[in-house]
Amino acid sequence: MSDTHAQTVRFVRDSMIEPQEPPISETGVIRWVRENLFSGWLNILLTVVSLAVIYFALSHLLPWFLQMVWNAGSLSECREIRNERYGPDAASACFAVIRERWHQLLFGFYPVEAYWRAVLGFVVFLAGMSPVLFTSLPRKLLWASAATPFVCYALFWGGSIWGPVATALGFAIGAGAYSLGFRAGGKLAASIAAIVVPILYWLFLAGPLARALTGIAPIGLPFIPSDDFGGFMLSTIIGLSAILLSLPLGILLALGRQSHLFIINKVSIGFIEIIRGVPLIVWLFTASLLLNYFLPPGTNFDLMLRVIIMATLFSSAYIAEVVRGGLAALPSGQYEGADSLGLDYWQSMRLIILPQALKISIPGIVNTFIGLFKDTTLVVFIGLLDPIGLSNSIRATTEWNGIYWELFVFIGVLFFICCFSMSRYSIYLERKLQRENR
Amino acid sequence: MTDAALEVEQRREIDRSQMTVSDEVAIQITEMNKWFGSFHVLRDINLTVYRGERIVICGPSGSGKSTLIRCLNALEEHQAGRIVVDGTELSSDLKNIDTIRSEVGMVFQHFNLFPHLTILENCTLAPLWVRKTPKKEAEETAMHFLEKVKIPEQADKYPGQLSGGQQQRVAIARSLCMKPRIMLFDEPTSALDPEMIKEVLDTMIELAEEGMTMLCVTHEMGFAQAVANRVIFMDQGQIVEQNEPKEFFNNPQSDRTKLFLSQILGH
Repeated sequence: MSDTHAQTVRFVRDSMIEPQEPPISETGVIRWVRENLFSGWLNILLTVVSLAVIYFALSHLLPWFLQMVWNAGSLSECREIRNERYGPDAASACFAVIRERWHQLLFGFYPVEAYWRAVLGFVVFLAGMSPVLFTSLPRKLLWASAATPFVCYALFWGGSIWGPVATALGFAIGAGAYSLGFRAGGKLAASIAAIVVPILYWLFLAGPLARALTGIAPIGLPFIPSDDFGGFMLSTIIGLSAILLSLPLGILLALGRQSHLFIINKVSIGFIEIIRGVPLIVWLFTASLLLNYFLPPGTNFDLMLRVIIMATLFSSAYIAEVVRGGLAALPSGQYEGADSLGLDYWQSMRLIILPQALKISIPGIVNTFIGLFKDTTLVVFIGLLDPIGLSNSIRATTEWNGIYWELFVFIGVLFFICCFSMSRYSIYLERKLQRENR
Repeated sequence: MTDAALEVEQRREIDRSQMTVSDEVAIQITEMNKWFGSFHVLRDINLTVYRGERIVICGPSGSGKSTLIRCLNALEEHQAGRIVVDGTELSSDLKNIDTIRSEVGMVFQHFNLFPHLTILENCTLAPLWVRKTPKKEAEETAMHFLEKVKIPEQADKYPGQLSGGQQQRVAIARSLCMKPRIMLFDEPTSALDPEMIKEVLDTMIELAEEGMTMLCVTHEMGFAQAVANRVIFMDQGQIVEQNEPKEFFNNPQSDRTKLFLSQILGH
């Protein structure tokens, strides 16, 4: 029984087989196409339908886009050129409006001779923020980042440079008050001093000081009022200021919501729920209309500043909730580990808890920022001339009456570039932190 | 002596020359009570720990042993009675709490290393920020203790890249960097694979040999017999029996202790 097959099973290989190429259907493009597009009946159907949809969209959009007209003084001129080149009723994009009015869409009514200031301001801003965004740069450069807002103010608005300098000095005074207070009466006294002293300084001393210095050495650029700001520049200034200010405020609110101190806890919850529960547009109207009822008559409180404050408060409530999610995701062992080493509350938050919680919250935070940035277009409803507002006023002129798509495509592309950059940055940051501590 | 204890003894000679108990009181607990809500977790705890003592606390789960040692550095708040650690009374005064925490090292069951910092940064963090030690000195101290727990070569890695046993040894080194006078261990080997328990216990034995005051919640009875000078058995939030290890294991007095010992040593 056991050796029945012994004769037939015996085998000795006499020549070895060389490795060969796999069959053509299993490699390269063909394999990819088969696996990803035509792997089954349902997949084949979906592929065909998708291709049809894409073809339908492109066949309508592409002619419009490719048959563009760049040189024209008005919409009717555009149409004449189109009729001549592509025949009447052909789809044709009239990008001449962008060529003619791009400076308005970008800068609003900002004086033409000061465009360089706006451009330089944004370059300074990006350069100043890079040490914050990219940790591989030397940490000493963070001092330059701290100075950036003041430099940007001096460039965008201008006026005597002593105004921003005197304002910046307030922070140095705060730091001084903290260290003096710390020596005199411990942490609590130091914290109170660090808040009260600079506020008193800003209220009563900063103005006269700036005026006195201006009297002695009148250096500075011509002042440009906020009313002249407009276009994409306005959206960017409001958006970026609100983003920068809402992150620290949102983090404080998130910590407040976790706090065991009753008053702080309830105030944080109330703030977050009220701000978040009301549409942004309502807050913007509050900023533009209602605030005047509460302020003393004759107070001239810059509308742009009011909008920045409202947008900041609004997005800080969202940031607070996103960060709270990150805080909740940390195991309690991290808090206990920090506590057991004797770190105090702020040390353990700053060194242990927040770095980890913020890392978890990055996608949510950037999501909120992108939303906020796009929401800045809502300021058109309270009369600020953002790109949408300017597109309306451009359409109101006789030359460009009736043009829609070209303007909105341009504005859309501008916003897309900014939002897509933010999204890519967040992915870069996530990957970097992932690599550092897996 | 049980097999486990023999194993620890045989692994290497334990040097008892430094393991002396002084008359100086390290921790004094009087009439301490604690509740979680309405649940009475710790009942009338009285305990005096002398400097240099190695105390092992054991008992069934839920008996309050972890809560007891977590009260000693105020990770849990006690509601009645007094706890005096190193001459400082634990009250709600935050300053006292931070002082005590920087003097008392704690090692957790789940290590609680900081995953976003390297091993070296984990060890230097508290000295830098709490003790305000200069960076260079803090790093030298950290490397000294990392060598002591035999993983100096891992200093630049992140906790997630280390094995459980290595992480727990880093946690011990991290505590030691604060030069604590008392070390608390909360089930330091319970989350480890059997092979890694040995390396952590060896580190703890070394600490004991140097005369560190240690309170250790553990089920490692071999460790208790080899290095402890006192074993405390807790049940239902109270201290049921305490004795020196030999007596405790060979001649337990209370029925509850006998039952517990028969269950954990029975196989």
